[in-house]
Amino acid sequence: MKTMKKPTKSAATEVPSSRSRRSRVTLVGALALVVGLIAGACGSSSSSDESGPLTVYSGRSESLVAPLYEMFTAETGIAIEARYGDSGELGAQIITEGSASPADVFFSQDAGALGAVSAAGRLSKLPASILDQVPSKFAATNGTWVGISGRVRVIAYDNVKVTNPPTSIDGLLDPKWKGQIGYAPTNASWQSFVTGLRVLRGEDGAEEWLRAFAANQPKAYEKNGAVLDGIAKGEVQLGLVNHYYVQERIKAKGAENVKISNQYIGNGDPGGLVNVAGVGILSSSKHKTSAQKFVEFLLSPTAQQYFADKTFEFALVGGITAADPSQPTLTSLQSPSIDLADLASLEQTQELLQKVGLLTK
Amino acid sequence: MMTKEAVSDRESVVRHRASGPLGVSPVVAVVAVFAATTAALPLLYLLIQASSRGLDNVVQEIWQRRTFDLALRSLSLALVVTSLSLVVGVCSAFFVVRTNLPGYRIFAVVLVLPLAIPSYVAAYAWISWLPWLAGFWGAVLVLTSISFPFIFLPVVASLRRIDARQDDVARSLGLTSSQVAFRLTLRQIRPAATAGALMVGLYSLSDFGAVATMRFESFTWVIFGAYRAGFNPTRAAVLSLVLVVISVIFVWLEFVARGDGRAATVGAGVSHSPDRVDLGASRIPAAALLVGVVVVTLAIPLVLVLRWFFEAAGTGVDSSELLGAVRQTVFVSFLATAGAIFFAVPAAVLAARVKARWAQSTERIVFVIHALPGIVIGLAVVYLGIRLVPSMYQRLPMLIFAYVVLFMSLAVGSVRASVEISPIALEDSARSLGLSRFTVFRKVTLPLARPGIMTGAALVFLTVMKELPATILLRPTGMDTLATELWNRTSVADYAAASPYALLLILIAAIPAALLTVTRETR
Repeated sequence: MKTMKKPTKSAATEVPSSRSRRSRVTLVGALALVVGLIAGACGSSSSSDESGPLTVYSGRSESLVAPLYEMFTAETGIAIEARYGDSGELGAQIITEGSASPADVFFSQDAGALGAVSAAGRLSKLPASILDQVPSKFAATNGTWVGISGRVRVIAYDNVKVTNPPTSIDGLLDPKWKGQIGYAPTNASWQSFVTGLRVLRGEDGAEEWLRAFAANQPKAYEKNGAVLDGIAKGEVQLGLVNHYYVQERIKAKGAENVKISNQYIGNGDPGGLVNVAGVGILSSSKHKTSAQKFVEFLLSPTAQQYFADKTFEFALVGGITAADPSQPTLTSLQSPSIDLADLASLEQTQELLQKVGLLTK
Repeated sequence: MMTKEAVSDRESVVRHRASGPLGVSPVVAVVAVFAATTAALPLLYLLIQASSRGLDNVVQEIWQRRTFDLALRSLSLALVVTSLSLVVGVCSAFFVVRTNLPGYRIFAVVLVLPLAIPSYVAAYAWISWLPWLAGFWGAVLVLTSISFPFIFLPVVASLRRIDARQDDVARSLGLTSSQVAFRLTLRQIRPAATAGALMVGLYSLSDFGAVATMRFESFTWVIFGAYRAGFNPTRAAVLSLVLVVISVIFVWLEFVARGDGRAATVGAGVSHSPDRVDLGASRIPAAALLVGVVVVTLAIPLVLVLRWFFEAAGTGVDSSELLGAVRQTVFVSFLATAGAIFFAVPAAVLAARVKARWAQSTERIVFVIHALPGIVIGLAVVYLGIRLVPSMYQRLPMLIFAYVVLFMSLAVGSVRASVEISPIALEDSARSLGLSRFTVFRKVTLPLARPGIMTGAALVFLTVMKELPATILLRPTGMDTLATELWNRTSVADYAAASPYALLLILIAAIPAALLTVTRETR
């Protein structure tokens, strides 16, 4: 074979072994990919006119809000591109993106993340016509975000075994509840409650309560739903959860099968904290008019009733009927007065919880 | 980028410099250095972000008792997981390859499958069953379960390659079987075991799913917290840099422990595999032990997911949504694998063939990055991507890029191992026949490295499938993978609704995992 004597590159390409042909295919494929990436990077540029779709960073879950977003599009003709994620992570993403952020609207599961994004200067001030629709304590003091729906912390209790549930968080410290309280240490709403406790009672006051609470040996569960399962199974008698878990359980299993009730906590006690899901418009948004329409839509009777019906959350705008007639009204709750943006100091809360041994092991 | 002319130009240059200072084709070296640069991009972000509030702030963040405690906690987690994985991985590999254990062929496949289970699913399965597991030992259990195959796999491969002639010599010198095992075999598998151990160690440092669910406060937990609870990217960056330092120590330790990895022989005589050790009466207890490993690492998490699945059997599953997610998952995993292999192969060849310090550093940078949690790499790509190539932000290429940065190292390790054991003499003789460096790379090195490439590809593929934090940050709007759909459902409800997605994710990831063993088998 002549080619063997003088192996040149062309000879090599003419008689490739099946193995090297395969590896070359891989190599060429990979090359094509990289070239494609670069070509893609050089092509297409983003358009940024007022008519484009509205990009919503949604900390509220797809299964809950996607139908609502569709209603908005049907009503206004404005398309929505929703990116779903954890509210905290979306907040961190917006802060990292800076002024180039593609987000127009941030719809957060809780006020803390909105407060942080606002503190980073990433939210623009909302018009009074929007802010005035909800009670002032459920909107940002600097006007950069507005609450959409509310949820309240309650003590869920076994209504067969427990006749006199505690009426304040200090009542939970009674030795008779030792080992009888369930809580979800990693749950965002529980941590928001502790942040509220820090804001209301100061660091020392909060630590004192948490240490006494820990000494009463509460039982840790994975999620709020699991806390209620724990009550149902008789593992604990009380559970620190949001109000709607009991109502959801009744809806799913029927009232006769649920022997758990909510104890609402009034008198401005930290245990009755009302937190909100809220929304803000980014200062870098190029679709501010559409974004405002979207916020107005979320405060409209349609959307407010949707939240009340779907999630048993409190509507923040008047004139909405609660899906559960036994649910108290928002104004009758006597929730503690707190600037909800202060709930952004969540990391300090987690540090405190770790310090007293209530978060990690 | 690389036209044919350009390539042959390079080659003609090289051909004139017959035995230049470089042991590999310049094309390979250039791509390798580019790979390392790419991998180092997150470091650039971390430095920018960490210093954004001044150096005083950096010192203040680091110089705390708490940082020291955290480093200690993460180190002990990584060390315990790595040690346990070494014991489990090396012992089960030895049983599977070198003994007459009943069903050793089945074990060879099944022991790789825990790789397919995402850490967050395994952790949730365990803790929902045994809540008292929460904490250090729960995290150790989950991380060891799903990462010991990183050691099992390469050790199985290296045991299969062992030439029994050395054993024969040792025995003729009067050593007993167990002495051969400890004095010779253990030494022969050392490079494979340490390389695997490094992957386990780095993985334990970077994982969030297991420590979060088990509520063990590690570095990753605190970094996640600094982002999503503290909204303080600067603090997260400072802490990540400390993690990078720990990672450097691990990479250095592996380098020291590895010894001289070259074990290739080209020689006369007939090489043959060693005989399987007859376990005699211990066959059954040994098999029971391995069954125990399979039960803990694979069966229990799987059974729990199946239980959720049957609990949710009443609630309908949108099959078109499910299929769409499967398609997207396979699609992005495939692209990411191709990209990772494209960068990893040159980096691995360079590291295996050129012992100069710069060449070795390119490989080590890739490994060091592997200890960073997904959210850090994800936000690094967010930060740099939106500023440098805004038009690509939250589009497919940038997501793939992030995957490549995250998981390139998985391929580098196995490819390097493959290249290192293939005799350099083959490449030298090809060179002496007048082939250019690049042709030698293509026609000799690549085919020899094929088993390593296949292994690396399978590892990258199944790991990309399970990735969550970077995917959520960077995916194109509206794109849903199995992992994001799983997250969508677990974030609102219980695992029951998510179980079809968890199950499919595990089943599909099991395909490349099983292939890993098959590839090894046919070697």
